[in-house]
Amino acid sequence: MTNTKIKIKNLYKIFGSNPKNAMEYVRNGLSKQDLLEKHSHVLGLRDINIDISEKCISVIMGLSGSGKSTLIRHINRLIEPTEGEVVIDGDDVLAMSAEELRDFRRNKASMVFQKFALFPHRSVIQNAAYGLTIQKIPEKEAEERSQHWIDRVGLSGFENHYPAQLSGGMQQRVGLARALTTDAEILLMDEAFSALDPLIRTDMQEILLDLQSELNKTIVFITHDLDEALRIGDDITILRDGEIIQQGSPQDIVMRPSNDYIADFIKDVNRSRVLLVRSIMVPADSENGPKIGMNIPLEEALSQLSSKQAMEGSVVDSEGKVVGKLDLSTAIEAIRRPERSSNDLQYR
Amino acid sequence: MDFFDTFPAMDRQGLRDLKKGIDSSFREFSRSYGEGIEDFFEPLLHFLVWLEKLLINAPWPVVIVGIAILAWLGSRSWKLVAGTVIAFLVIGYFGMWKDTMATLAIISVATLLCISFGIPLGIWMARSERVQLAITPVLDVMQTIPSFVYLIPVVMLLGIGKVPGLIAVCIYAIPPLVRLTNLGIRLVDKEVLEAADAFGADNRQKLFGVQIPLALPNIFAGVNQTIMMSLAMVVIASMIGVKGLGLPVLRAVSNQYLALGLLNGLAIVVLAIIFDRVSQAYGRRLQAHREGTGHD
Ligand SMILES: Nc1ncnc2c1ncn2[C@@H]1O[C@H](COP(=O)(O)OP(=O)(O)OP(=O)(O)O)[C@@H](O)[C@H]1O
Ligand SMILES: [Mg+2]
Repeated sequence: MTNTKIKIKNLYKIFGSNPKNAMEYVRNGLSKQDLLEKHSHVLGLRDINIDISEKCISVIMGLSGSGKSTLIRHINRLIEPTEGEVVIDGDDVLAMSAEELRDFRRNKASMVFQKFALFPHRSVIQNAAYGLTIQKIPEKEAEERSQHWIDRVGLSGFENHYPAQLSGGMQQRVGLARALTTDAEILLMDEAFSALDPLIRTDMQEILLDLQSELNKTIVFITHDLDEALRIGDDITILRDGEIIQQGSPQDIVMRPSNDYIADFIKDVNRSRVLLVRSIMVPADSENGPKIGMNIPLEEALSQLSSKQAMEGSVVDSEGKVVGKLDLSTAIEAIRRPERSSNDLQYR
Repeated sequence: MDFFDTFPAMDRQGLRDLKKGIDSSFREFSRSYGEGIEDFFEPLLHFLVWLEKLLINAPWPVVIVGIAILAWLGSRSWKLVAGTVIAFLVIGYFGMWKDTMATLAIISVATLLCISFGIPLGIWMARSERVQLAITPVLDVMQTIPSFVYLIPVVMLLGIGKVPGLIAVCIYAIPPLVRLTNLGIRLVDKEVLEAADAFGADNRQKLFGVQIPLALPNIFAGVNQTIMMSLAMVVIASMIGVKGLGLPVLRAVSNQYLALGLLNGLAIVVLAIIFDRVSQAYGRRLQAHREGTGHD
């Protein structure tokens, strides 16, 4: 497995006038609803434990109000926790002095925001260069480095425009360029693509995956959209009312939803696109039938099988070694919607 | 029953003593510090006198060209420049050139003075709840107290002349600038400020790189208000020795010279309109980036 880059341990956040006091009740198991009604404090996060792996895209998913923004802001300490630990590369973020924290934010973690949060008085290139300006990097170097990322996100020619002159998709490209320009190892993305319409969102996801295959940053990506989570996540954490209700790979979540809430969530997902061959193959070492890569989605595997009119294929790893077999009926069974929802269908 | 018929006021003797006490102690204060305060304002006085002389002694066409250039720089509108030039020609034609120049000088200096105190004060207010709580009532008093009332201590302290006039104008004209600077900074989008934080900006970088630039339209509206209010104060200031368009107005009131009062009054109005239009046009240009109409 890869190394843990960001370790969040027993993190609690309570909003209100006296959070320390309210911690008592929360530790004794009072629900978010009751805490709000009886003590007028808002439970933001309850006992969050996550290990975020280096060089992966870790998605944190949940509906509105589940505490996603609150959680991601603890990583660069834009929000102070009520209790708990955030450790990055062995350094305790909460123990940093104001100056160490600024250094950390300048060099190690950059952020992309849901509503873009661009500087309206700075041009595109000045926005992209913001992090470097803050670090007092000479103007010429800052300009070259920002130009590079402006080109990479596909905004060449718009350097001297102002944010108000750009469409939403373009503004978020500026947001992305601004975050990439500082060369930070950690990229925090709070619903970065949620405000964009579907086509542009897919575009942006592609840009991100493309960049990631080459940059290998540690990305924490927040979304409320399951398709987006499954598409780009190496790892998914699902939040509900400030608590983690499931953590795992996209396949884990789709194959083994830990409760009805999640099962309900995933029932409309196109499973053939999410599930990878490796998650449903059965171990085997002898070859029979056409070769199928272990890391391709089922959709693709099925079309390969049917084009060769085979009932089963042998699954191979990236070096071509046989590691298992996939037969058509297992694959189709896996793609079917889970039991519960087919029952639902019968009632209609 | 007596109690309900007459208000239980302090007895006359006591009241007289109290007022006397206040008067004499303030007189004492001004006797011992008045000179020091005057020295403090000495450079300001020099500057004001210098500017006034410059405007009055320079050949009038040069002054008009200078004003036209300033109007152009501020507004980038030929119409406004033409209007300004015509207005000044008319003012000069009716024999009010000198007074107008004197007024121009005191307005300029008062505005500069207000800016150099008002903007830092507004910034300070925006950065601390406690400062805001302390300063807001002071601003309220400055804006509501009749100007004649604070003329008294100012005159007691500094006598009659340009500097006390200047101070009176500033007391009257500075509050909107302080308020709007404070407001402008507080209205800066929280998310944009959070972004600055996320990239590791320190307080200075946030203030000068984000908050002030984004508050500029509001700050500028404050400057505009300050200019307007100092113009409005010109007549009252002339009561304590400020030269300019206010003086003839004052004379006109006491002697019932209708035409004199009207002409000088109109000159003040014309100045106000010019200042207002030019500074508003400038303020709008500061916000060009908000409208998506690009400027470079
Ligand atoms: N500053 C605050 N004061 C009080 N309550 C807050 C504050 N910030 C967040 N909360 C509460 O904490 C909970 C989690 O909020 P958060 O913004 O993290 O949700 P989210 O998952 O990001 O939602 P969204 O998808 O709408 O952005 C909500 O119930 C919210 O009302
Ligand atoms: Mg959010």
